Amino acid sequence: MKKIRVLVAKIGLDGHDRGAKVVARFLRDAGFEVIYTGLHRTPQEVAMAAIEEDVDVVGISLHSGAHMTLVPKVIKYIKEYGGNPDEMVIVVGGIIPEDDFEELMKMGVDGIFIPGTPIEEIIDFIKKKVAEKKKKTVA
Amino acid sequence: MDVDEIVRGLLNGNRRALARAITLVENDYPEGKDIMKRIFKKTGKAHVIGITGFPGVGKSTIVSKLTQEFRMRGKTVGIIAVDPGSPFSGGALLGDRLRMDGIDVNKRLWLDSGVFFRSMSSRGKAGGLSAKTGDVVRLMDAFGFNLVIVETVGAGQSEVDIIEVADTSIVVLMPETGDDIQINKAGILEIGDIYVVNKADLGGAEKTVKWLKSMLLLDDEAVRILEKMDHGSHNESVNDEILTDKLEKKAKDAIDRWIPPVIMTIADIGEGIKELADTIEKHREFMEKSGMLKKRRTVRVSRELLDLIMEDVKSRIINDTSLKFEEFVNRVVENEIDPHTAAEKIIEKLIFSKNSDTTL
Amino acid sequence: MFMQEDIEKIKRRRREWEKRCEINTTGEVKTPSDIKVEIIYDPSDIAHLDYLKDIGYPGEFPFTRGIYPTMYRGRLWTMRQFSGFGTAEDTNARWKMLLKEGQTGLSTAFDFPTLMGLDSDDPLADGEVGKVGVAVDTLKDFEILFDGIPLDKVSTSFTINPPAAIILAMYTAIGDMQGVPRDQLRGTIQNDMLKEFHAQNTLVLPPEPSVKITVDIFEWGIENVPKFNLISISGYHIREAGSTAVQELAFTIADGMAYVEAAIERGIDVDKLAPQLSFFFNSHNNFFEEIAKFRAARRMWAKIMRDEFGAKNPRSWWLKFHTQTAGCTLTAQQPLNNIVRTTIQALAAVLGGTQSLHTNSFDEAWALPSEEAVRVALRTQQIIAYESGIPDTIDPLAGSYYVEWLTDKIEKLAWRYIDEIKKMGEGSMLRGVLKGIETGFFVREISNAAAKYQREVEEGKRIIVGVNKFTIEEKLKIPILKVDPEVQKRQIERLKRVKAERDDLAVKDALDWLRNSAENDENVMPAILECVKCYATIGEMMGVLKEVYGTYKKPAII
Repeated sequence: MKKIRVLVAKIGLDGHDRGAKVVARFLRDAGFEVIYTGLHRTPQEVAMAAIEEDVDVVGISLHSGAHMTLVPKVIKYIKEYGGNPDEMVIVVGGIIPEDDFEELMKMGVDGIFIPGTPIEEIIDFIKKKVAEKKKKTVA
Repeated sequence: MDVDEIVRGLLNGNRRALARAITLVENDYPEGKDIMKRIFKKTGKAHVIGITGFPGVGKSTIVSKLTQEFRMRGKTVGIIAVDPGSPFSGGALLGDRLRMDGIDVNKRLWLDSGVFFRSMSSRGKAGGLSAKTGDVVRLMDAFGFNLVIVETVGAGQSEVDIIEVADTSIVVLMPETGDDIQINKAGILEIGDIYVVNKADLGGAEKTVKWLKSMLLLDDEAVRILEKMDHGSHNESVNDEILTDKLEKKAKDAIDRWIPPVIMTIADIGEGIKELADTIEKHREFMEKSGMLKKRRTVRVSRELLDLIMEDVKSRIINDTSLKFEEFVNRVVENEIDPHTAAEKIIEKLIFSKNSDTTL
Repeated sequence: MFMQEDIEKIKRRRREWEKRCEINTTGEVKTPSDIKVEIIYDPSDIAHLDYLKDIGYPGEFPFTRGIYPTMYRGRLWTMRQFSGFGTAEDTNARWKMLLKEGQTGLSTAFDFPTLMGLDSDDPLADGEVGKVGVAVDTLKDFEILFDGIPLDKVSTSFTINPPAAIILAMYTAIGDMQGVPRDQLRGTIQNDMLKEFHAQNTLVLPPEPSVKITVDIFEWGIENVPKFNLISISGYHIREAGSTAVQELAFTIADGMAYVEAAIERGIDVDKLAPQLSFFFNSHNNFFEEIAKFRAARRMWAKIMRDEFGAKNPRSWWLKFHTQTAGCTLTAQQPLNNIVRTTIQALAAVLGGTQSLHTNSFDEAWALPSEEAVRVALRTQQIIAYESGIPDTIDPLAGSYYVEWLTDKIEKLAWRYIDEIKKMGEGSMLRGVLKGIETGFFVREISNAAAKYQREVEEGKRIIVGVNKFTIEEKLKIPILKVDPEVQKRQIERLKRVKAERDDLAVKDALDWLRNSAENDENVMPAILECVKCYATIGEMMGVLKEVYGTYKKPAII
């Protein structure tokens, strides 16, 4: 009954929204409720939207190379606004060098998807992770 | 967060509690019902505004601008944007939030603590509203928002049930969509308390306004005048005067009645928004003074109660095996019994069944 | 193109052949533009074409075979690698290396704050300074960027749009400082705002004032920098956003027509403007479709300029274009495969008669390219140019039944779009394009194509080697260029220093002049040049324009 709710967010100044939009469509077709933020959002806005929309998943797309600055800010503001980022599945997509993977994961990112990732894989990942987190927060 | 925490949080201005409460209610969790029961006493204060119209007329921009205007007037605003769900997957793509700062990027409503925005999917319910919209409105009401704006998909003819939740229903149109056939078909002439012709800078706005006004009055003579009006006819100015006179006279005759005003806006640049906000406030005043508000809410609650009862009855009939619903279905299929008799028998069984005795 | 009786014979033989070999039993094949491809083409497929009228000779109308009479026999295409990162010093060093390696033109990548007209100390710029290109705040950065690079010896391309006027003014100012006459300055400024609304989303001002400033640049540029391409009408980004080849072609041509119309409305002589127009296309995976697209583009533009806009000078009928291989086709998986992809795409561009070419580096799905990857990309072009023999003869694929048929087919499909857009504008391409932006027509068309493409990939109908077929487990270790995180700090410090040292009064006067020009609907270029020379910042200048014209918010179309 409960639909998985996903916030698809574009932060920073880059305007490459092809990936975000295609993923948003495919997630909808997979039965998710997808909230798309549009372009050029600040980390604060994304964090507030994640809380108000009570999403299970925050998907951040960026191609600008600013991920190491902006992604931790999103997580920080979710906490600051009274949310719990550990309850949410946080995924990042876009041009992300592998060298940054580990640090992003340490910051609280659950999954990183680079160009060419089949969307099926993203969908499966989200389903699995959302179920895992639910178990954890119930226990 | 458990129910206690959520209820306490919601009544104390905790946004996350409100957000979570909406989720529980929207998804029909048992906790949701519990929450609704416990917050009900705190509801009834907010002015609920419904905004509907065809796709692309600029509803989201109007909501954004209107919110800014009401914020400047010191009001807090809760917004519920309902979008259609995909009938195939049950999923939905909810994109109204991204319009929530209009052109003026400096007034970022996303971070305004006096504004709460929630996207909802209609989840396939015909009528444009999600089945749970009414309850979500109440949650925002209980949270303490002065205004709750409900924006619905205006997909085709489904705008009608906006009146099931709103005290003030606003129908948004744009120039040239306003030919008589379209408006009548959609049945929206009956539902609006206020009509907005947005994108008034496009050609044909004046004409759309005139059409609307005459159709709203349903005045035979006015309609006749308009029908005579050719596109781009030179006699238009003469007809204009006649129409204006008639409208003014009509308005004078009907002081005790609310005649839906028609307002022109260019929401992109904020034009007409102040007037719209004023009119909304005026309508609320009228509704209260005339007793219409109570009347409308009475109608609404009786419908809601009936709906709730019907829902309950349905689920009992389907879930209670002693009622033998499926058996009756089969017998009707086999022509052994007619559906009317079958229904009567099931209801009889339901009323006298032990099960319902104990729970009712 | 052939004798009627021969065609009849050929058709008969074709039918016999199909029957004998049971040809009909093979499945349906389509190009990414949804064009059905037959198993074979023969003269009967192009019998309706007239060689002299539809194909002709290079340098002659309708330029299907190339705009120059001698094409690559006269001069090879310009190998122009887009580059820039970090501070002006970093980029200056990379450029000097590329020039030493044999690159013949410079091409500037700016960082996002610069592209959006924001200063490096703007809160929105945090984390983005110097990341995907060079950061430019004031003329000071340009002085460092072009240190030791004589502007009369190189041609420089600037990929920038909302602040295009500012960047062109900066380049002119550097030329003035180096003592290079303005009429000797060569290069290209992208200056194509319309495609930003369709695809690339570097959006600042609303569409109308954006076009107004574009035409300001035309008007000023024709008089002041006559060897400079004042616009690069770009399909590249439309394609990257997911369009088909046909959409890329049609929307780019439509934008081009809109600009020319706007210029004519301003009173600019079309024959004066035309030589300073240039185009920019994408070269994607489907080899023949891309070649056909380039050839069709030239033919269409020639007809449009001559017949629609009445340009008299044959030089005005040229569609000269830059090509970049398709960034969106690069895969993060098995990155070396990208070298092969890029090679095929580069071949298509060369066989399509491009005037300049950027080849992508194999590691760009991961990050900004490393030095080694950039070198391989440049070598790819050099191998095509010097080893393959491909440039030896002009348009060697002309006369190929398939290529000629496909060129014709793509042109027809593109005209269909153009007619539709023109109808939206009630006969005016400019209004049609603006209308299409307002209603979301372009965005919707492109989004739908992108989703369709992705669906085909997901379903395995479209194979991406190493991604949905022939995959391996791999541990990726490619050296990746990372931008020094100190760049932002250093750039902000420099900006502070410049602001402290400049004459604030002069800046204020210049900015006031700019405001007045904008408010009074005058050409903004002279005022911008003055602002630049006083070391006003990009943010200050764009700020004034935003105050006058307002900012644009994109409608929501997913």
